Amino acid sequence: MYPSRFSYEAPDTVEEAIELLRRGQGEAKVLAGGQSLLPMMKLRFASPGTLIDINNIPGLDYHRADSDGTYRIGALCRHAQLEKSPDLAASQPTMAAAAHTVADPIVRNRGTLVGSICHADPQGDWASVMISLGASVVAKGPTGVRSVAVADFVSGPFQTVLASDELAVEAVVPAPVGVRAGGYLKLERRVGDFATAGVAVSVEFSGSSVARAGIGLTGVGSSTINAAEAAAALVGGSLSETDIAAAAELAAAASRPRSDHRGSESYKRHIVATFVSRILTSLQLSTQEVA
Amino acid sequence: MTSLFSEVTPEAANEVAVKRITVGINGNKRTVDVEPRLLLAHLIRQGFKLTGTHTGCDTTNCGACTVLFDGVPAKSCTVLAVQANGHEVTTVEGLASASELHPVQEGFKDEHGLQCGFCTPGMMLTAKALLDENPDPTEDEVRWALSGNLCRCTGYQNIVKAVLGAAAKLREQNGAS
Ligand SMILES: Cc1cc2nc3c(=O)[nH]c(=O)nc-3n(C[C@H](O)[C@H](O)[C@H](O)COP(=O)(O)OP(=O)(O)OC[C@H]3O[C@@H](n4cnc5c(N)ncnc54)[C@H](O)[C@@H]3O)c2cc1C
Ligand code: FES
Ligand code: FES
Repeated sequence: MYPSRFSYEAPDTVEEAIELLRRGQGEAKVLAGGQSLLPMMKLRFASPGTLIDINNIPGLDYHRADSDGTYRIGALCRHAQLEKSPDLAASQPTMAAAAHTVADPIVRNRGTLVGSICHADPQGDWASVMISLGASVVAKGPTGVRSVAVADFVSGPFQTVLASDELAVEAVVPAPVGVRAGGYLKLERRVGDFATAGVAVSVEFSGSSVARAGIGLTGVGSSTINAAEAAAALVGGSLSETDIAAAAELAAAASRPRSDHRGSESYKRHIVATFVSRILTSLQLSTQEVA
Repeated sequence: MTSLFSEVTPEAANEVAVKRITVGINGNKRTVDVEPRLLLAHLIRQGFKLTGTHTGCDTTNCGACTVLFDGVPAKSCTVLAVQANGHEVTTVEGLASASELHPVQEGFKDEHGLQCGFCTPGMMLTAKALLDENPDPTEDEVRWALSGNLCRCTGYQNIVKAVLGAAAKLREQNGAS
């Protein structure tokens, strides 16, 4: 299968890429890992006039913590770099739990976290992880730079608020307000499959009490779901059985799954509740060990 | 004399300029002109006539088309040929030397790691990349590394044995040298 014709540019700088996007007048698309865009182009679901390949731009393949704990993931940081990072789990437990569940090992060698968020597939794993962490996307365009919370960045299925002349240069996870804990659970029919349902939970503890919490849901709605009410039920408490049960129930209520070949609507809702309580119970146990 | 204007057909008006690229393929530099939409798998098979790289699904699912892109496994049906400009691509034809098979190939032969052989080139390249990175993998690590390569024949059992066998052989060779 061939994509339809397009012209190809491989700029060396972010500025050049943005200029090419601007000149594309909405007909140009960014090529990052290509693991979603190229399959869509081969099936002719997408037929951009120009591809702006950003893979030759140096210095975008990082993932690192600033001295204050802010965590930055550059536009060319591949899923595999995160999966193989030895110290990711210590500072970013939710990301570390999710990294190896995205696609299969060969796709992970090329696909990027930022590309996954820009693709805005309701079944993409990274958007829920980033929503649970309160992360943002930094977008650069001809008129400047702006930062958009991932929860607002994804505006619908395969839709974002990114303008056609903007490049997403990095994703930024804010420094934790306390000690960060979290997890990601994904039900898949086989290794490498998209989620039947996925749940990302991130919690920040101040002592034994929850100072901040976030819950993102994968594959159970027409876009990634920010289960804000469920997360709010945890703040101020210390992950009691009652709090966990309330969060699980609210997260299930926030999900909007559809029955399909991966499972029925009620089954997927049940999975959401089960995963929320499983992750939170495991965090409760690990904090008890520390105490 | 050149004409001051000439009308072009709608098809020609839509034509996209070809790109000149230089690709290292199994250690040889090749320079070719390609249309941007040409996939790396097709450059390898139709352009370079290296038909050991198979295309199974053509939808990024099966891993039969796996090649090493600067040493890292990539599905060549999901990389553009132009993207290989300035990069090194290794196909299954690049595994054996003139005189002997690569230990991974030996492993597949010894352990009956193939039946129809369709998935085998991709399996072997993924296995080689694993062993380059981790010379002494556990069975679980082998299974995990190969989880993006599908096989419809073997049930995977002998493929895993083949890779573990190749790992042992490579360690022996490297220890001996
Ligand atoms: C077999 C298979 C299984 C998969 N399974 C999963 C899975 O289980 N979970 C999952 O989450 N994903 C899965 N994926 C998708 C994979 O994770 C992709 O890597 C990811 O969705 C897109 O990242 P990319 O870098 O490949 O982006 P690309 O394919 O290059 O781009 C995707 C889209 O985002 C835009 N874009 C990319 N980067 C930028 C940027 N920096 N600025 C502006 N726009 C940008 C592109 O223009 C395009 O519209 C799977 C893919 C395959 C082929
Ligand atoms: S042919 Fe490329 S993954 Fe199947
Ligand atoms: S040996 Fe036939 S597909 Fe693997």
